[in-house]
Amino acid sequence: MHWIILPVVLPAMLAPLIGFVMRHDIVLARTASVAGTVALLAIAMGLAGMAAGGETFVYRLGDWPAPFGIVLVLDRLSALMVLLTATLALIVLIHAIATGWDARGRHFHALFQFQLMGICGAFLTGDVFNLFVFFEVLLIASYGLMIHSGGRERMRAGLQYVVMNLAGSTLFLFALGTVYASTGTLNIADLAARIPQIPADEASLVRVAAILLMIVFAVKAALFPVQFWLPATYANAPAPVAALFAIMTKVGAYAIVRVHTTAFGSDSPGIDDLTTTWLFPAAIVTIAVGAFGVLGARRLMPLIAYSVVGSMGTLLVAVAAFSPTATSAALYYMVHSTFAAAVLFLIADLVVTRRGSDALQAAPATGHNGLFAALFFAAAIAMAGMPPLSGFLGKLLVLDALRDPGFMGWAWTAILAGSLLTIVGFARAGSTLFWKSTAMPQPDPPAQAKADDPSGVPVTPLQLAPTMAALAALACLAVFAGPVSAYLSDTSTQIFDRDGYVAAVLGADEEG
Amino acid sequence: MRDGGNLLFIIALLPFIGALFPGLMIRAGRNACAAFTAAPTALALVMLLTLAPAVLRGEVIQAELDWLPQLGLSASFFLDGLGLLFACMILGVGLLITLYARFYLSGDDPMGQFYTYLLLFQGAMLGIVISDNILLLLIFWELTSLSSFLLIGYWKHLPEGRQGARMALAVTGAGGLAMIAGMLILGNIAGSYNLTDILQAGDAIRASEWYLPALILILLGAFTKSAQFPFHFWLPHAMAAPTPVSAYLHSATMVKAGIFLMARMWPVLAGTDAWFYIVTTTGLITMVLGALIALFKDDLKALLAFSTVSHLGLLTMLLGFGTQAAAVAAVFHIINHLTFKAALFMTAGIVDHETHTRDIKRLGGLRHLMPITFAIGTVAALSMAGIPLLNGFLSKEMMLEEASHTYWFGSAYAVPVMATIGALLSVAYSFRFVGHVFLGPVRDDYPHTPHDPPFGMWAAPALLVGLVVVIGVAPFLAEGIVTAAASAVTGADLHPHLKIWHGVTPALWMSVIAVGGGAMLLLVHRPLDRAWIAAPRPEAKAIFDRLMGALVAATRGMTEFAHNGAISRYLAIFTVTAVALGWIAHSGSGLSAPTRELLPVPPVIAVGWLMLVVATASVVIMHRHRFQALVLIGIIGLSISAGFVYLSAPDLALTQISVETVTIMLLLLALHFLPKMTPKESPMALRIRDGLIALTAGGGVGALSYAFLMRDIDTISDYHIANSYEGGGGTNVVNVILVDFRGYDTYGEIIVLGIAGLVIYALMHALLDGPAARRLRNTDYTQDRSRDRHPLMMVVVTRVLMPIAVMVGIYIFLRGHNEPGGGFVAGLVIAIALLMQYMASGFAWTQERKKVEYHTMIGLGVVIAGLTGVGSWLSGTPFLTSAYTYVHLPPIEEFELATAMLFDLGVFLTVLGAVMLMLYSLSRIARYAGQTVNEGPMDYDPGDQNADKKTEA
Amino acid sequence: MELIVASTVGVLTAGGVYLLLRLRTFAVILGLALLSYAVNVFLFASGRLAIDQSPILSRYGDATYTDPLPQALVLTAIVISFGMTAVLVMIGLGAFLEAGHDRIDMDDDDTAQAKGEDA
Repeated sequence: MHWIILPVVLPAMLAPLIGFVMRHDIVLARTASVAGTVALLAIAMGLAGMAAGGETFVYRLGDWPAPFGIVLVLDRLSALMVLLTATLALIVLIHAIATGWDARGRHFHALFQFQLMGICGAFLTGDVFNLFVFFEVLLIASYGLMIHSGGRERMRAGLQYVVMNLAGSTLFLFALGTVYASTGTLNIADLAARIPQIPADEASLVRVAAILLMIVFAVKAALFPVQFWLPATYANAPAPVAALFAIMTKVGAYAIVRVHTTAFGSDSPGIDDLTTTWLFPAAIVTIAVGAFGVLGARRLMPLIAYSVVGSMGTLLVAVAAFSPTATSAALYYMVHSTFAAAVLFLIADLVVTRRGSDALQAAPATGHNGLFAALFFAAAIAMAGMPPLSGFLGKLLVLDALRDPGFMGWAWTAILAGSLLTIVGFARAGSTLFWKSTAMPQPDPPAQAKADDPSGVPVTPLQLAPTMAALAALACLAVFAGPVSAYLSDTSTQIFDRDGYVAAVLGADEEG
Repeated sequence: MRDGGNLLFIIALLPFIGALFPGLMIRAGRNACAAFTAAPTALALVMLLTLAPAVLRGEVIQAELDWLPQLGLSASFFLDGLGLLFACMILGVGLLITLYARFYLSGDDPMGQFYTYLLLFQGAMLGIVISDNILLLLIFWELTSLSSFLLIGYWKHLPEGRQGARMALAVTGAGGLAMIAGMLILGNIAGSYNLTDILQAGDAIRASEWYLPALILILLGAFTKSAQFPFHFWLPHAMAAPTPVSAYLHSATMVKAGIFLMARMWPVLAGTDAWFYIVTTTGLITMVLGALIALFKDDLKALLAFSTVSHLGLLTMLLGFGTQAAAVAAVFHIINHLTFKAALFMTAGIVDHETHTRDIKRLGGLRHLMPITFAIGTVAALSMAGIPLLNGFLSKEMMLEEASHTYWFGSAYAVPVMATIGALLSVAYSFRFVGHVFLGPVRDDYPHTPHDPPFGMWAAPALLVGLVVVIGVAPFLAEGIVTAAASAVTGADLHPHLKIWHGVTPALWMSVIAVGGGAMLLLVHRPLDRAWIAAPRPEAKAIFDRLMGALVAATRGMTEFAHNGAISRYLAIFTVTAVALGWIAHSGSGLSAPTRELLPVPPVIAVGWLMLVVATASVVIMHRHRFQALVLIGIIGLSISAGFVYLSAPDLALTQISVETVTIMLLLLALHFLPKMTPKESPMALRIRDGLIALTAGGGVGALSYAFLMRDIDTISDYHIANSYEGGGGTNVVNVILVDFRGYDTYGEIIVLGIAGLVIYALMHALLDGPAARRLRNTDYTQDRSRDRHPLMMVVVTRVLMPIAVMVGIYIFLRGHNEPGGGFVAGLVIAIALLMQYMASGFAWTQERKKVEYHTMIGLGVVIAGLTGVGSWLSGTPFLTSAYTYVHLPPIEEFELATAMLFDLGVFLTVLGAVMLMLYSLSRIARYAGQTVNEGPMDYDPGDQNADKKTEA
Repeated sequence: MELIVASTVGVLTAGGVYLLLRLRTFAVILGLALLSYAVNVFLFASGRLAIDQSPILSRYGDATYTDPLPQALVLTAIVISFGMTAVLVMIGLGAFLEAGHDRIDMDDDDTAQAKGEDA
């Protein structure tokens, strides 16, 4: 029963082939990459089906029993994340191929597959040090994708991205050292079993470990005050890569949900509400940072990047409550915001390549102005949390879940005010880009200028398909909100069933 | 679910389904487009009317469908009197507008878009009035804001349109968000988001401590939507929209959504002092203010817009009174206002359409040129003025009647007087509408000579005016619907009697005063107008724009200040955060008692430590001299390796040294292209700041490590030691952990290396294809290159060392499982040997003698490692299970180690390949930078006489 | 001995952090190198210190061994940080060649258009 490892092994075996055998033929690489991603999607669906039953499957690598060997753990949460990754990956990949981004530099597909391997590995592992390893895998792959096709600004932004994350990784190792030094184990389930044993007045080291890990994950999740790296990175990354990165921030959020609920749960006397105390206010500020950025942005790509920051804030506000309802709301919002962010970047790519610049200033309307306007409008209302797309429901779920007076005042104010600023920001941007542009005099191009003028480039159905697919996903998320959040609330129930998790991992007789 | 429930779903869906067609049908022509817009509307209206009798009988038709039960959101609709009234208005006027717009829109306006938006709005609005779930209501509420945004901005090229659209969205959007909060609170108090349940929970809600917040938040939503003071300013600017939109959204339906909401929530929220004073006062102010401004507006649509504001204020006030009679009056006036105001807007549209101006000062005397329009406009205007025998009169009488006996903070006069003034003003502007547009002498300077429009254009207003008269003369006709609606609002069973003559009441006198005063006021309009223009007044749009501008500037300032691209600051913040939170977390609890003694410190270690500290300090101090810094780094690395040896970690020592060497070599090669000095640029203050941060960070981790170094705990590693030999088949536990217990980590680790190789290779290409290549070519690196780049001695030595190094590598590789070593170190050793060849004879020379291709080597390594893992599936065991546990033939050790060794081979290949690929990339850059490729192993060949010439070349 | 190790970690970290906060890529690279030394020692120390107890099983049973797990972790960490450093160096080189200087901050004039000043 080796399904669980496949999301890691498949891309890990495919990537070298693409990178080292097929690297001279883009068509071959594309075919393999798409095929691999489709297969990954199929596998992910299978896994989700397995996990839906509520059983926690454990895969013991090297056939060593936990906690001594490394285990993969498949439960509803990890299955959900892998499925989300695979879906997003396919959408982004098609876009990258359709727009020719993948051919603008070397090794795009190999790095892409490695990236997927890293992400899936991070979602599936049940061991904190292994989590670090796969963080590094997905990071180093993302470095490559970030600077894909080079360019001055991109190279410098990429450098900053790398440095920031290396600092993060260093802190990760410090945190892991502290974890091992204070608990003597690295397995999440084992941690969950040991930490509650630590008396409340001897827990300093564990508490340090917990908070340091939180900061590490916060860097990935772009949480204030360690979110500064994100806007420049996303704004300068190739658009499809930025779209793929929509899942990267979620890796951080996932890690917080997984580790700080299961291992460092607030029901341990030593930990208590340490995480909430710091996560919640930080998330509130993050919302503000994102909203301000959206309203104040001068360019389209940063605007979208800031909206991502804001959405992470909303997501983590819900996470910070560490309650089953809030968590399932957070998960719904996570799925939603992943697609919303991705589709925004994809549309932005289509628009910017034709406008030549992503400055938020009126320029002569490009071809398909109306179409792009409509797509952008849809994506924007999704991100801003307006009906009819899933953003509004997600927002309602989060607000409703944070009814507790302890959270309500700040959370509601931040989220509602934040979405107002976001709406206004997007309205200004959209009306400038697509409406004001129609007032601009169309430069009548001489025959020769026509050739290299990108603004007239027709958009092919293949280029639109990914965007449409993502929007469709958002629509479905809204229409089938009932069944979806039924699954999600089961998921969060499972997340908070620590004993079940521990029993499944440590007590597993044979691997699932 | 009563019968007819399903019908309700269909009615709710029809507009949205219909919205799919106009965009397509426009290809079949404008008439087809309009027809396909009218069809769903008409169909929905018919369906609605089939339900009407039951509703008028007092039944409530319901339909429910679960949507998001976890949230309490369900797609449930219900139709009662109030819903029916509004639904009829929305669909009925919708039909008329569709007809009117068909003729109003010019040929080059995209009609398909227009009708699509219109139907979307219609669906949203319809949803508001029939939804039985307040969350669902919120959804439709926001949808109306969005669709009105699209409709106001319909003429994209007009700045007024864009700004008006954004303003409307900002204001109503803000209100909507406030209302979300209010509704959620309401739902929490009532324990359900179902409207019918909430309407039952009135007393509980009014008693709750959350009542006031909920009330205020919900009213914010209602007031912004219905353009109540001080949020009224967006409505006039929404008039940039095409006139059909103004008539439909911004007078007949959408702006009444707020009124509807207050009516809907009346049984729950009304009846308290808070409600009375907030709502009544707001309504009163809005009514008078709107009427006053309307009187001095010269733009026909602006005049109508402000009069709409004023009438919305009137309605709000009536609902604020909180009496049943007032509710009846409100419901009745909703109908009447709809009829005459829609007609007036269409008239204004016609005038604009015909004369190409809406400026009253440029109009007049139209009655001769366009008599039909004149007739329609006049009747509607008189109704607005409240002249008897027209419907406007009836509801205004009822309003004044209610006002006449309303006490406001104990004063009996405040409300009646204000109400009369409002009435008086509205008489004045109504008369002005008629007088200054249609009466007076015919002018010869119209921008365009007007005449009556085609029938299709005046049919709709004519029909509405017909209603105005009919209801005005025979009010009892409207009693049925008014009764039903009013009963629904108040939740009581009312039987109002609408009649024209109530006898000589205070209300009658008040309207006499109003009419008379209004007429007189119009006579002195000219001087008043001058005064008004002279007088300084706050210009709402200017204020709004300034506020918005300031907000944008502020947010932009903050954002760009915070995200100024200074990574060094981000890192400082990051470090401080980590240290601070770490300290806080630490001080939140305590430590257990120390369990360990300090180990002794032999002098050699102390010296080594001193060396390390000094080296570190000097790196920090003289880091600007880059070569020296690198050397120092090397020293630090060495002393650490020594420490590892002493502290029983031979593997670490070995790896540390080899990695050390390779890293330094790569850095040196890279440094060849970088500046050799770091300029002094950070100011002293900054350096002090960073110094402090650094010291605290160092102190922090130092203390942390000391804390746990003094305390033992039981770890999982005893198991590893115990099972290393039996289970892992190796005596070097560390290595067994690497390739077996935690082989999966190693798998990930070599993949990191492989990716690193890829990234560097791709990067190299990105550089050499880009502008960087030019920079490289133009940079002169000769100054740091000795003539004798490849000294004889070095060449000879490396040649000799090569085979030895390879031998050592293989040896290390083989013994890895039992003694310190392993694939990784082996790979590095051989890589170093090759590196030295490069240093000695130049990369290109070495390159030509290279057998395998590095890409393939990496790929092979990763794949081999992967296959080793997958291989264990064949034996039905999980990924990376070492086969040692299966093949157990005591004498032959090779077999026992088979898979682990294969895995290690993968590691070996990947490491070697990655390092060499990095090197290759560097050398490619070097080649660009103009380094010559030397044919011989060394520049200076003793046996070659004309070597000098060669090297000059 | 514990004090020695702890202070080593502290010193290396302090040096590393200071260099990490410099304005030039090369200094930052040095800083990260120091930090990776620091964290490796730290991680190694999390298994507590032992002398002459190498985790190489001796043929004659009754030996005590130091904790091997952290050593394995450190090895993994070393390798990974090696790969990372290599990439970092190359990207730093790339940024230098593209930009013409190796300032690591992007708050200087030439990022004006990165902020969107182009018009």
